[in-house]
Amino acid sequence: MVKAPVDLRYTDTHEWVREAADGTLEVGITDFAQDALGDIVYVECPAPGRQVTAGEAVGVIESVKATSDLYAPVSGEIVAVNGAIPDHCEAINADAFGAWLYRLKPSSPGETARLLDAAAYVRSVEAAR
Amino acid sequence: MSATQTTLRRTPLYARHCEAGAKLLAFHGWELPLHYGSQIEEHHAVRRAAGMFDVSHMLAIDVTGPGARGLLRYAFAGDVDRTPAGRALYTCMLNPHGGIVDDVIAYTFADETYRVVVNGAVAERDFEWLQSLAADRAPAACLVPRRDLALVAVQGPMAATRLGDALPALRAAAGALAPFHAVFVRDWMVARTGYTGEDGFEIALPAPHADCLWRALCNAGVRPCGLGARDTLRLEAGMNLYGQDMDETTTPFECGIGFTVDRRDTRDFVGGAALAAMPPRGRRVGLVLLAPGVLRAGQVVHTPNGEGIVTSGTFAPTVGRSIALARVPAGTAPDIIVDVEIRQRRLPAQIVAPPFVRRGVNLVAHRLPPNQE
Repeated sequence: MVKAPVDLRYTDTHEWVREAADGTLEVGITDFAQDALGDIVYVECPAPGRQVTAGEAVGVIESVKATSDLYAPVSGEIVAVNGAIPDHCEAINADAFGAWLYRLKPSSPGETARLLDAAAYVRSVEAAR
Repeated sequence: MSATQTTLRRTPLYARHCEAGAKLLAFHGWELPLHYGSQIEEHHAVRRAAGMFDVSHMLAIDVTGPGARGLLRYAFAGDVDRTPAGRALYTCMLNPHGGIVDDVIAYTFADETYRVVVNGAVAERDFEWLQSLAADRAPAACLVPRRDLALVAVQGPMAATRLGDALPALRAAAGALAPFHAVFVRDWMVARTGYTGEDGFEIALPAPHADCLWRALCNAGVRPCGLGARDTLRLEAGMNLYGQDMDETTTPFECGIGFTVDRRDTRDFVGGAALAAMPPRGRRVGLVLLAPGVLRAGQVVHTPNGEGIVTSGTFAPTVGRSIALARVPAGTAPDIIVDVEIRQRRLPAQIVAPPFVRRGVNLVAHRLPPNQE
């Protein structure tokens, strides 16, 4: 059973996106992704101020099992990173949808339209199995 | 994650793994537990209390009968004559070029009576290799692959206590075993060996008994652990993984297991002449990453003497940092800081002599630069 809260949007590279009231986006990795990676031990996020393009590799997640890239779900500017994560990577395994990694200001309001809704994300994960 | 097309082999404990919610992976043709929830918690369970591993993919080969001793003295870099009855010998089999065919544990039980435990990944090849040597050197020796046995490793500071709690019939025999010794209790072989750097036992028993042993150990508080924790534990213990830290292209002296080669007399063994004629082309070192990140196999190591390569790397839960085994140029100093290339960046790593952890103790903390710990 693939978990995907309906109030979030998703990428096919297993990021989740939560839109805040001010229009910025919180980005994390999905429960499916954390489960596939196993215990996460190191996260490298993009620096605030960096301009990123949708689909660009902007960071790295290291687990006991593998190294994987963290992608930008939309184009825009990094405005913050979650400073609590580097010393508590296990928080991602414990609650992937509660552990945001960085915050992004989209370059245009229409950027989020390209993202998947929960049902489409679940379908894409199940189709890939 | 990816489904495999070929049928994977399952161990006698497969149902127990499924019942425990194991995440399974394909490992050299076998379907084995990667972890049962958290690899890191399983690692700590072994360092702090006791954990158990289903290693039934490994193969016990019984070698008995006339010529068994001569065969093993020829097949192994180490000398089984040095091990009295009831003792285990860690050594390796070489090809004629001095490359490692596999690393093995050979148990001597009586005259011409041995058991050799080999890696699962190359078990069939090893058996054929030994058979081909036997055809030439010891045609009367009997080699029996014991796929009818299950293999279970119980490891950790509480291993002896909890094994005794689980199976009172084993308590006395197991408790009396010295490290690297083995004993038969009826048709179960109990050895005080392992692949974690902790005290513990490896038990070879008839496959139909495996369920009973596993359940009893579970009930005694021994935590099931997967291949993931097995890998981080063995790496902290400074132990090589065949196929990764050594293979047919590396000699024992190039991958840190020169101690498995016995050259104390004129014994003729496969690969011996080649080893004697060839200076090592590199040497094995341990690395501790001094920056955030994770060392992984294949990363390039830059030393003052030239390039080396990481052969195994991971995040080490007991050390609390990333560590690795690496092969570097032979002249590399034993305690310098080198650079490892991780995603186009060069990060500093301290060379140390493995093991990194032994009997629960982090041995490298005091070997790092003062500003690092």
